[in-house]
Amino acid sequence: MDLDLDAATLEFQAEVRSWLAAHVRPLSSMDTAEGFEEHRSWERLLASERLSVVSWPASFGGRDASLLQWLIFEEEYHASGAPGRVSQNGIFLLAPTLFAHGTDEQRARILPPMARGDEVWAQAWSEPEAGSDLASLRSTAVRGEGGWLLRGQKTWSSRAAFADRAFGLFRTSAEGRHRGLTYLMFDLRADGVTVRPINQLDGEPGFAEIFLDDVFVPDRDVIGAVGDGWRVAMSTAGNERGLSLRSPGRFVAAAGRLVELYRKNPDPALRDRVVDAWIGAQAYRLHTFGSLANPPAGPAASVTKVFWSELDVALHETALDLLGEVAPGWRDGWLFSLAGPIYAGTNEIQRNVIAERILGLPR
Amino acid sequence: MMLTLSPEQADFAGVLHGFLAAGKRDLDEVGIAEVTDPVDLVVVFEELGHHALGGPLIETLAVVPALVGAAGSGPGASIGTAVGAGTWSVAFPPAVPHAVEADHYLLVEGDSLREAVATAELSSVDPARRLVELTAGAVVATGIPAAQAFDLGVLTCSAQLLGLGRAMLEMTTAHALARTQFGKPISSFQAVKHHLADVLIGLELARPLVFGAAITMTTRDVSAAKVAASDAAWAAARTALQVHGAIGYTAEHELGRFLLQTRALRTAWGSPSMHRARVLEAL
Repeated sequence: MDLDLDAATLEFQAEVRSWLAAHVRPLSSMDTAEGFEEHRSWERLLASERLSVVSWPASFGGRDASLLQWLIFEEEYHASGAPGRVSQNGIFLLAPTLFAHGTDEQRARILPPMARGDEVWAQAWSEPEAGSDLASLRSTAVRGEGGWLLRGQKTWSSRAAFADRAFGLFRTSAEGRHRGLTYLMFDLRADGVTVRPINQLDGEPGFAEIFLDDVFVPDRDVIGAVGDGWRVAMSTAGNERGLSLRSPGRFVAAAGRLVELYRKNPDPALRDRVVDAWIGAQAYRLHTFGSLANPPAGPAASVTKVFWSELDVALHETALDLLGEVAPGWRDGWLFSLAGPIYAGTNEIQRNVIAERILGLPR
Repeated sequence: MMLTLSPEQADFAGVLHGFLAAGKRDLDEVGIAEVTDPVDLVVVFEELGHHALGGPLIETLAVVPALVGAAGSGPGASIGTAVGAGTWSVAFPPAVPHAVEADHYLLVEGDSLREAVATAELSSVDPARRLVELTAGAVVATGIPAAQAFDLGVLTCSAQLLGLGRAMLEMTTAHALARTQFGKPISSFQAVKHHLADVLIGLELARPLVFGAAITMTTRDVSAAKVAASDAAWAAARTALQVHGAIGYTAEHELGRFLLQTRALRTAWGSPSMHRARVLEAL
């Protein structure tokens, strides 16, 4: 065992660090119209240095970086205070699905504009009656001339208020719960789409409802086989729960800030919580390094999802307890942390997955 | 960057597990005395914890060799040659005020190593863990690597706690699958499933801290590992007892042995509070 970085990774780390130091600047909230466009410009700037999707093949805008290098990129990214990724639904959720189940044509058409921020993607999983029980979703895709007609309603769709396109599961057959679902991509500005933004706890429309009224989707925008959407979606769901959506760098950086905050506001009664937040971030970091050979997917990703989401809440709650109600620089992160145990499959669902699929307990 | 066990390390853990599972206890038979690398020691001690072995293991196998090995050519040479004969124990007041009962005793005072004798028996929260109060004798070595040896004690104790936690998760999972109430296995109840999932998460995320600490051997990382392993193992013990119910509270059930040892090791080699303070100081 060792924790050493190879020469190429060290060189890459130095390059990323100096580039970020020269370019990072604060942006408005990505959940406002002007902030969204500022974040899109930031994605374009990252892409101009091929830093928006470092682990992708060069042909799609990446650098063929190893997973380790990607983790190091993330550590540098978050340590620098760089903005949140407006393109994250696309690059961390849709892209892994396309790499695993898409066609060459789909990858060539969709990945480069995603990497440049030219097309920003929203997710369209949940429905009003299908949250934790996602497979009970009712929105349909009905066979039409040369494609499919979408009808129904999606909700809690992250980034949908301002994004360009969306992806999600639709019912293409009434037979079977999981077997009747198909994974489709659609244009949020297509005829028949109505987007109603929903303001979140911070007052900004970070997600939206999407109403679909016979929205046409060409066959080329079906990912995987018709009726195989559940398997396609779940095979890469680990990317959302585990490694890629919340890479350890984010928590390591936040824990470092918390320790600094404690030094300025040393409240001995909160010491243990500060230290535990730092230890938790290190644990997640080392756990991730340990799983590089075999990145967490499926049930293993459920383990980390519960861990990082609870760590994030505890970390931010500690910062607020140190600061009181005037908490500049911490409020947005705290509000965001509160969503962690809910999205990407609630932590209750994740614990069911862990109990049933790792420990082998009955359903 | 490599944070997974080598095939040899994984094999050794398997061999040791088989040896202990067969009820064998003569550790010399599997060549444990030759293990000195911290990562290898973690592999060994996780398995010793997995089977809840008692006695002065940390002291005899890790800490005293680290102390005396370094003193072997100096004034402590006479002790160095005696290590390997019988069991050894050592106190590091104030963090480790007492010693686990052994054939021979040492006491660390600053960077001096003294001979010691047991003058009184003490009772641990774990009755199987026999503790003694030491009275210091003559200095046998100075300039010893006390801090490094102490950290090795903390590290191996953390590894033992991981193994204890894993054992309690395994026995509790088996119990929950076998035990039926209301006409179904209690493992089908979500309250039970979620408790066990939390135990798994705690242990799974503590483990890389322990191995990471074995690689760096910094005070910061060793203490962080001890905090996480203590919390994860004790949470495993509490859940194990709750899910077993009354049978787990009996002296005849093996859970008690694991639970009591976990509670004792949680504060052995420094309390969680002391280790949190060490982490913060090092940041």
